Formats: sequence, structure tokens, C-alpha cells
Amino acid sequence: MPQPSDRLKKDFSRHFKERVIEAILFLAAFLSVFTTTAIVYILVKESWIFFQHVPLTDFLFDTQWTPLFDDAHYGIMVLLSGTITSSMVALLVAIPLGTIIAIYLSEFAPFSIREIAKPFLELLGGIPTIIYGYFALLFVTPLLQKVFPELPGFNLLSAGMVMGVMIIPYVASLSEDAMRAVPMALREGSYATGATRLQTALRVVVPAATSGIAAAYILGISRAVGETMILAVAAGMQPNLTFNPAEPGATITSFIVQVALGDLPHGSIGYQTIFAAGLTLMLLTLVFNLIGFYMRKKYREVY
Amino acid sequence: MIEINMQETQLPLKAEARNLSFFYGSFQALKNVNMPIYEKRVTSLIGPSGCGKSTYLRCFNRMHDLYPGNRYEGAIDFHPDHTDLLSPKVDPIEVRMRISMVFQKPNPFPKSIYENVAYGLRVRGESARSVIDDKVEAALRSAALWGEVKDRLNEQGANLSGGQQQRLCIARALATDPELMLFDEPTSALDPIATASIEELITELKEKVTILIVTHNMQQAARISDYTAYMYIGEMVEFGETDQVFIKPNKKETEDYITGRFG
Repeated sequence: MPQPSDRLKKDFSRHFKERVIEAILFLAAFLSVFTTTAIVYILVKESWIFFQHVPLTDFLFDTQWTPLFDDAHYGIMVLLSGTITSSMVALLVAIPLGTIIAIYLSEFAPFSIREIAKPFLELLGGIPTIIYGYFALLFVTPLLQKVFPELPGFNLLSAGMVMGVMIIPYVASLSEDAMRAVPMALREGSYATGATRLQTALRVVVPAATSGIAAAYILGISRAVGETMILAVAAGMQPNLTFNPAEPGATITSFIVQVALGDLPHGSIGYQTIFAAGLTLMLLTLVFNLIGFYMRKKYREVY
Repeated sequence: MIEINMQETQLPLKAEARNLSFFYGSFQALKNVNMPIYEKRVTSLIGPSGCGKSTYLRCFNRMHDLYPGNRYEGAIDFHPDHTDLLSPKVDPIEVRMRISMVFQKPNPFPKSIYENVAYGLRVRGESARSVIDDKVEAALRSAALWGEVKDRLNEQGANLSGGQQQRLCIARALATDPELMLFDEPTSALDPIATASIEELITELKEKVTILIVTHNMQQAARISDYTAYMYIGEMVEFGETDQVFIKPNKKETEDYITGRFG
């Protein structure tokens, strides 16, 4: 029988074990923070070198992107226009469809259909994006060309549409989770006033799930902006300052692929451009994440 | 069988349950319930947890239709048009347009105070601002909330205190001029002061509307209701005028429950 005085002493072996576990957990957490910091550090450092050769105003306002030519121009707008155009097309597909699917699965589908449909939907998100890329190039583009015969073989439209299909599962699945988290009491309150299912879904459940749905959209946007393979394969990798989806174009990501695959010598300005492009991409997604964070805070519902 | 003893048998009926049985899948939660609901009176349902009072209440607005595997038997005859509320031919949405409900836990929608009250009107397709303004004000006045919220109708309903939220839910249920209001333990999540205000409100509301209330609190049933039904394991054990049920119950089981020997 241990006396109280014994128990008040420090148990050294337990204390030691706790410290070891704490250290391991800290290291795991530290590693991810360190990696992020290191990536940002390298991007900024390499971009710094780039910006010593190219003025920031040229980078932001030049309307040509020709880093590999003798007469080099470094206007990021050209790549940004490709990223924005393809992302807009993707979001025009993914946000309406994803939201409708989420409303159906959460509010209308019987249990049995939901149990089958949701895993299939999530499977759609597991398809490697290179397959989507070939699908866009070899199936969707020829199909679109039947309707618009003058559409070039490489274009932002079909890449964007297929990218939208790729993003649907993220938008739908996260939005559905947000809607399902709305308490049944709110739905019952709505039904009890004589509302139909559609009215309940659109007027009570969706507004109550706004923060989660907004987060789903933001994630969709981040994926669209960061998507690489589909655009590299189907959109043509030709830098082109355009907001017309029927034209070929290069995005920030597909340019990075192009340069990383090419035989550019280390330390050349051409090589350095990919860091500047990468930094732009990161700032862009950071902005969206901040918007997402703000939306979640603003629309967070207390049930 | 239940015995119905009444002095005022001439009162008009608002609804009448006839041989009402209810099943959650294969589990029978209500067994052959027969009970009258008198117009513009407060009828309370008492009984221990799990006795089927809430299940019974939720038959009236067909709330059980929202979940699969539920089944009704028997009928609820709704006056004056003698609609059988439980008939498969009757649209539950039509039923809920005439019978509104207030829940145990206040459940304001994530909308402004104004829009919470206007909700029922909007889902009925009302869009005239002046009509909605008038009805919202009238409902908030009837729910004794107007004075507290008239200057902040655009604030979120969730910002109100618990008792105010429940009165907001009552206003929401009143705004559509229901014929019958169902209250499912409306004060069990509230403090005694908020409870007293809701009880007072219910007593005032019966001038305009018939009320059926489930309560865990026997004193509450005694204070606010004209008729009381005691239920036990899915059966209606006794129904009668509240004074008679509490002072001189006909059944031994009712007496045991009321005097606290059981439950």
C-alpha cells in the first residue's frame, strides 16, 4: 500500500516517457512547419535573384511571356490569364454541379442511393489527373470540335471543363458534409411551418451550411489554380494573353512543368523564372485560403 | 379502454384521435389511442419518458413522415372539415400549413429575427412586403416579444436569449394563423423565469388557437391546461378535465404518477 508521501514524489520513469513522447510529437509538428517555411524561403530567395534581373513592373505589366527567346519578356499576366481562364471554366462546371449533387445527396437521396453514390463520387476524385488530361485532349476536344469546328486541338475550354469534372467530387463531398452537419432540429422547424423539401434545402439548410460550402468552393478554386497535368496535356502550353477559353494557353503550372522538363542551365534567368512563377502561384492560393478563412469566420453558424 | 368523464361535453371539437396506433418499424409506440381535442382549449399530455407523448403529438403534423419506416394506423379527424390527417391521400405539407409546432429546444433559423417569423409566410408564396410586415409584427406581439426586438429585427435570431428564442419560435409558429398549435416540452430547456413567460403566453394564446402540449412537468400541466391526458407505454390511461385528473383521478396508475409514487 503506497503512502501518500510516496505518491507525491515524481515518478521519474513516467516523467521521462512523457517527455520522449512530447518530443516526438513536437518533431512531427515542427517538420511540417519547417518544410513550409523552407519552401517559402527557397521560393523567395530564388525569386529575389530573378527580380534583380527583371524589374517587378515588367513582371507584372509586360504583355509577353517569352523567357526562352533571345528577346526575353517576363509578363506573368500572360500565364495568369491562362490560369484564370481555365479556372473560371472549371468552376463554372464544378460549383453548380457540385452544389446540386450535394443538395441531392444530403436532402433528397434515400439512404441506399447515398451509400452507393458517395463512394463513386469520391472515386472520381481519385483518378490520376494525367488520365483526365488525355480524356480532355482525345475525347472532349474532338467532341467540342463537332459543335465548334474552328476550335483548336489544344484549348483552355476542354481542359477547363474536364478540370471542372475533376473538382466536382471535392465541392460536392465537402458541401454535403457541411449540409449534413446542419442539425435535424432546423429541418424539422422548417417542415413544421409547411415548407417543402426544396424550400427547406434552399432556405434553411444551405444558408445554415454557408461556411462549410464556402470552404468547399475555396478548396475547389485552389485545386483549379494549382492543377497542372490536365492543362499541360490539353491546353497547349503556349503562353497566350487571352481570356477566351476557345484559345490555347499556358498556365503558371504548365509553364513550370515545361521548364522543369526542359534543358535549361541552372542559374540562367530562364531557369530562375519558375521560382518567380511558383511564388506567384503560392501567393494566389494563399489569398484564396485567406478568403476561405475569412468566410468561415464570418458565416460560421452556431447551432 | 379509456373512460372519458366530462361535465362540459358540449364543447366543439378541434380534432379527435380514433384508434390511433403508430409504429417505428416493427415497434409499436402508440396503441389504439382515442382522444378528443377541444377547440380553443389547452390539452396537455403527461406521462413518464418513453410513454409516447411526443410520438403522439408528432402524428398531428405528420412529422413522422420525414423518416422512413414509420407507419400510422387509425385516424385523426380534424374539424371542421373532417379531414383525416393521417390519410395517405392527405398531403403532409397541407397538414403542416394548418397545424404548427414549437419544439423542445428553441430552433431559430440562421436568419434575422424578421425573416424567422416571415418564414412560414414566404414558403406559402407571400411576397407583399406590407402583408409580411403586418403579420410579423402581429405574431411578435402575440408572442410577447415585439417590445424587446422591434428595434433589432435585422439581427440574427440566434443572438437572442434562450427564452426569447423560444418566443421567437412561437411567433414563427403563430405567423401563419394555425388552427392547432403543438408544443413539445417547450420549456424544458428554459430557466424558471422564461418558463413562466411561456406559460403565460400559452394561456393567452388559447383565446385564438387550440393548443396541444407535451410536458414533463406536472405542475405545468396543472397550471396551464384545461384538459389533461395521462399516457403510459403507448396507451392513453386517462383523459379528463385537468382539475379532475389532478384532484380525483379515476385510475390508480394516474394517481400513482401524479402523487410521485411512480415515474
